Amino acid sequence: MQLAKENLLAFYQTMVTIRTFENKAAELFAAGKLPGFVHLYIGEEAVATGVCANLTAKDYITSTHRGHGHLIAKGGKVDLMMAELYGKATGYCKGKGGSMHIADVDLGILGANGIVGAGQPIAVGAAFACKYQQNGAIAVCFFGDGASNRGTFHEAMNLASIWKLPVVFVCENNMYGISNCQRDHMNICDISDRAAAYGVPGVTVDGNDVVAVFEAAAEGVKRARQGDGPSLIECKTWRWRGHFEGDPATYKNPEEQKTWLQKDPIPRLAQKIIELGHAGEADLANIADAVKAQVAAAVAFAESSPDPVPADVLTDVYAGQ
Amino acid sequence: MKKMTYAEAIRDGIRQEMKRDSAVYLCGEDVGKFGGCFGVTAGLVDEFPGRVLDTPITETAIIGSAVGAAAVGLRPVAEIMFVDFTGVCMDELFNQAVKMRYMFGGKAKVPLVLKTICGGGVAAAAQHSQCMEAWFTHIPGLKTVMPATPADAKGLMAAAIRDDNPVIYIEHKQLLGLGGDVPEGEYLVPLGKADIKRPGTDVTIVAWSWMVHRALAAAEALAKDGISAEVIDPRTLVPLDKDAILASLAKTHKLVIVHEAVRTSGFGGEIAAVAAEEGFDLLDAPIKRVTAPDTPVPFSPVLEKAFLPDEGKIIQAVKELF
Ligand SMILES: Cc1ncc(C[n+]2csc(CCOP(=O)(O)OP(=O)(O)O)c2C)c(N)n1
Ligand SMILES: [Mg+2]
Repeated sequence: MQLAKENLLAFYQTMVTIRTFENKAAELFAAGKLPGFVHLYIGEEAVATGVCANLTAKDYITSTHRGHGHLIAKGGKVDLMMAELYGKATGYCKGKGGSMHIADVDLGILGANGIVGAGQPIAVGAAFACKYQQNGAIAVCFFGDGASNRGTFHEAMNLASIWKLPVVFVCENNMYGISNCQRDHMNICDISDRAAAYGVPGVTVDGNDVVAVFEAAAEGVKRARQGDGPSLIECKTWRWRGHFEGDPATYKNPEEQKTWLQKDPIPRLAQKIIELGHAGEADLANIADAVKAQVAAAVAFAESSPDPVPADVLTDVYAGQ
Repeated sequence: MKKMTYAEAIRDGIRQEMKRDSAVYLCGEDVGKFGGCFGVTAGLVDEFPGRVLDTPITETAIIGSAVGAAAVGLRPVAEIMFVDFTGVCMDELFNQAVKMRYMFGGKAKVPLVLKTICGGGVAAAAQHSQCMEAWFTHIPGLKTVMPATPADAKGLMAAAIRDDNPVIYIEHKQLLGLGGDVPEGEYLVPLGKADIKRPGTDVTIVAWSWMVHRALAAAEALAKDGISAEVIDPRTLVPLDKDAILASLAKTHKLVIVHEAVRTSGFGGEIAAVAAEEGFDLLDAPIKRVTAPDTPVPFSPVLEKAFLPDEGKIIQAVKELF
């Protein structure tokens, strides 16, 4: 598939936005400005970007504890996200959720999640609703290699397969669940092999190649929209940082880390864009500068926003209050 | 006596029992080479080769397999990283672990420890901050342990491992770095024995886990206002040392219960019921509860501060009785 210039430049814009947002979050966390846990998506930007480029605002995603990249790729607004990381009243969840629970239901983002594997059956439910309502929308479930060992994975895949639901399971295999590396937590190399157990297609792609991810997702999304049921895409990638900010990740092999840093998905895409003559270095630098300004504005917005007031604790517990 | 943190004391309790009994093993997510998400089990993987096992993210199988291993003779210490994740292994706990003995007519025993951690105050939000002890106390056959000091952490861990029943041992994030004197060598604190953390004569404050320390701070402040508060830490909610609470009420005639868990159906309601049923004549004021409100735990530190019981709220509740 030959992608148009606009597609590739849009990928670049999204990936740079995720990277810039995450680098800023790392810096703010280190400076003590962000409370709570922060799990960063640096190095994995091509996955969310390539997948979500196949979706519309009507489609749904479920995300994870490492959710900032999914949110940005699905159209989430960085100022509302940043305000939520600060716990401000103007944030996506009015300061009630924080990094691990950001959601934008209007954009089909059914939330980051603090419970590993919880998104899998929730995506199945959203996909069921799409089919039931015949609205043409689909659901995508993002989850990690670690999450693929949860019972929810088996139950969600099986149910989606027998009900032929419009859902795409996207496994972000960054080879670790906290300190536990893939070879220690499962007995297979390719998580996509598990698809065979449910009679659905499974593929493995280079998760640091946004075009490869886009193409595999296009196939899965097409199947889903045509009523052919679910599929599983495994994207092999690498988490650059510790599991959470503050984790020195001494359990990682430094050599492996070095090799993977060289597979940075962003320069890879930049090179492709330049080789194809779609843009020059200066054009890409302009994109990066504009993104930087946007993220700086998001920080300014967050910092100048008010905190919630204590009485807000009691609201939003029940609907219809 | 040796100065230790609460985290070190937990580890010391596990170490003591692993040395003593080869049937004891430890398993859970990241408990081995990572040393646990909070460093509590650091180093044990090297001290006890083959007996400290990192598992995949598989809570159902962590507790389910612990039930099976315990039923056939081992003594698992199975960790669930946060108490908030026990939902994933609830059937294994409340339908399997605790009922086997009863359903089999007393012909089995399931000596397992579910080790986990609770509590807020670190902006970990709604799925990583809860106090859910009341869920567990409502399960006949299960014992619920919630240590508040390093010494109790060690002695209760050892007693939990030696107990022939399923025990949930709930640590608190706020206490991990707390230092204190811990007996060296073999040390056990019996399950079901409360501890008077501060003696007093005018009001009884019952609190456990982190809230013991907030109650102690409140008692210190109240003393300056001429109110002598007795702080009782039940240490284990099941079995509950009712006698200690009733004996205190016989002195003070006033009861304030403090818990970090949400209010409705919290364990404070159970303690209040015990006081009303068995100590009605001892009371000369209404029973007060200081608890979190009936909401999930909010993320923003401003909101979480409003959510959590604190010294000020405890002092206010006590003063309303005078
Ligand atoms: C049910 C459950 N178990 C354990 C955890 C603790 N935990 C949070 S993230 C994580 C690792 C997840 O690994 P993976 O699914 O590969 O995602 P990654 O962090 O690599 O993106 C664990 C064990 C949790 N949040 N929920
Ligand atoms: Mg992973």
